[in-house]
Amino acid sequence: MTTATMPVLKHEAYDVVIVGGGPAGLAAALGAREGGAERILVVDREPEAGGILWQCIHAGFGLHHFKEELTGPEYATRFLRMVEEAGIEIATNSYVLDIAPDRTVTIMSGEGGLREVPAKAVVLAMGARERTRGAIRTAGTRPAGVFTAGLAQKFTNMLGYLPGKRVVILGSGDIGLIMARRLTLEGAEVLGVFEIMPYANGLNRNIVQCLHDFDIPLHLSTTVAEIHGRERVEAVTVAPVDENLRPILDKGWRIECDTLLLAIGLIPENELSQRLNLRLDPVTGGPVVNSAMETSVDGIFACGNVVHIHDLVDFVTQEALLAGRCAGEFARGQRRPKDNIKLVPGRNVRYTVPHSISSEREHTIYMRVREPMERCVLRLGEVYQKRLRYVVPGEMVTLKVKPEFLENFHGDSLLVEVVERGDA
Amino acid sequence: MATTTVTTYLCIGCPLGCRLEVEHDGPDIVEVRGFGCKIGKRFAEQEHTAPTRMVTTTVRVKGGVWARLPVKTEEPVPKDKVLELTDLLHTIEVSAPVKMGTVILENALGTGVNVIATRDVEARPA
Ligand SMILES: Cc1cc2nc3c(=O)[nH]c(=O)nc-3n(C[C@H](O)[C@H](O)[C@H](O)COP(=O)(O)OP(=O)(O)OC[C@H]3O[C@@H](n4cnc5c(N)ncnc54)[C@H](O)[C@@H]3O)c2cc1C
Ligand code: SF4
Repeated sequence: MTTATMPVLKHEAYDVVIVGGGPAGLAAALGAREGGAERILVVDREPEAGGILWQCIHAGFGLHHFKEELTGPEYATRFLRMVEEAGIEIATNSYVLDIAPDRTVTIMSGEGGLREVPAKAVVLAMGARERTRGAIRTAGTRPAGVFTAGLAQKFTNMLGYLPGKRVVILGSGDIGLIMARRLTLEGAEVLGVFEIMPYANGLNRNIVQCLHDFDIPLHLSTTVAEIHGRERVEAVTVAPVDENLRPILDKGWRIECDTLLLAIGLIPENELSQRLNLRLDPVTGGPVVNSAMETSVDGIFACGNVVHIHDLVDFVTQEALLAGRCAGEFARGQRRPKDNIKLVPGRNVRYTVPHSISSEREHTIYMRVREPMERCVLRLGEVYQKRLRYVVPGEMVTLKVKPEFLENFHGDSLLVEVVERGDA
Repeated sequence: MATTTVTTYLCIGCPLGCRLEVEHDGPDIVEVRGFGCKIGKRFAEQEHTAPTRMVTTTVRVKGGVWARLPVKTEEPVPKDKVLELTDLLHTIEVSAPVKMGTVILENALGTGVNVIATRDVEARPA
């Protein structure tokens, strides 16, 4: 484990500086080395690199990348060891305050003070933050006992504080489901998971193993309409929602509880991206990136949850290796040819990453759908289509695009859509 | 003729989430229905006869940089042992430093499965 702080940096300037040392930042560092960069620095504000993985103590990581099922901490440890073996420098307890368009990175650390570090290329890997109560505008008082699920996870799994005894969870994504089991095992009573959408957002595996195993009810098309309590949460009112997702209050009921966990999604941590004036995608909340994972500012690359929210760390790793490699190449003065094809999200596709591709290389396109669909076809303009048995919003869809697909294509944009078979 | 009962399971094999029906006479399976593919059939048989789960939780650490050490069962254990096992693990306290892979509980509840640490926890500097 690397808890040692390294306020004193080894070099005055770096080939590649990576902002954030989660799984994205660590894989980007390895990628940068592959891309030929020598002086590489990973900066993380926490006492140890590894990001969110340390608190995700459940199994379910690495099936694609390591071909075995690891827990979050095991996945983080493996990457940290590889980064250390590659001799890559990690500065922990260090906060990146600012990045200038000329790629000067301002780093602040307790012991090291403020430093300006010039870099030939920068990789953004700051991860995401959790949506809070403001994002859902629940009525009622503002007592203690309302936590985001990720914060509750850190309290429980690392600091050893149980957030409460009688818990209601809002949101059926994997984080909400995992926390339902976690708090039950720690002796709390989880009174129910409430989901505003008509379908659960998490994996069926988690519905079975985190809810059914412990007889925790899941209420779909239902939300928390009001929070009660003065100092501490005393109860919540939950209610079914109408077709506009507004609670139908006279059908609501009250649940006595001391804790409400909000598992209502993550949004890219985009403060630095905004300061840099990067072009952002309003749908993902993260920067627009080309097929080299480069943002709208030259030499600034991005990967992981800071670009779009991932459900599988393995895809974070894949994307970050690419971003790192391209940043390493950029630092050595090599540029990939510009993309010539823009990707445009069409029917049932919320967004794609990257936002553009080149007809000369092979690419992996990641995308998210708007709604569940069975027996469908994923279409890339008129040039390629692939049958899919199902799609769900909770699972990212990936598509490998080979240069052959684009041999006879001369346009400058391609519509990406998922449609029911027969509609194609 | 013996009367049979139907128990339903949600398949975890993929997002289609087939509702699997196991018709059984006590422990004996008569028929499995509702699966979209053979993964579902196998899953229903396993869940019905001998369900198992990986257990992940934490144990207390004395003198560590963190208060808790994450642990896991090396192999899945019978599902009906999960609560008993976590209750037992929550009574355990180890001392920092601890290395990833260290056995925290051997042959947990006689299952033949060890519980191991899933990370290093260094000692807190005095
Ligand atoms: C509760 C939960 C359960 C999950 N379960 C699974 C699962 O079962 N299987 C799976 O494959 N995936 C799972 N995931 C997803 C996976 O963990 C994430 O996709 C992945 O961790 C994202 O990696 P990242 O590096 O982009 O972000 P993070 O892990 O969030 O890392 C970002 C890092 O950047 C640092 N940072 C941010 N801003 C700054 C700054 N200004 N200066 C310095 N440092 C900064 C942060 O401290 C942090 O260490 C889960 C995620 C959560 C939250
Ligand atoms: S039975 Fe097959 S198709 Fe149905 S949910 Fe299970 S894995 Fe998916």
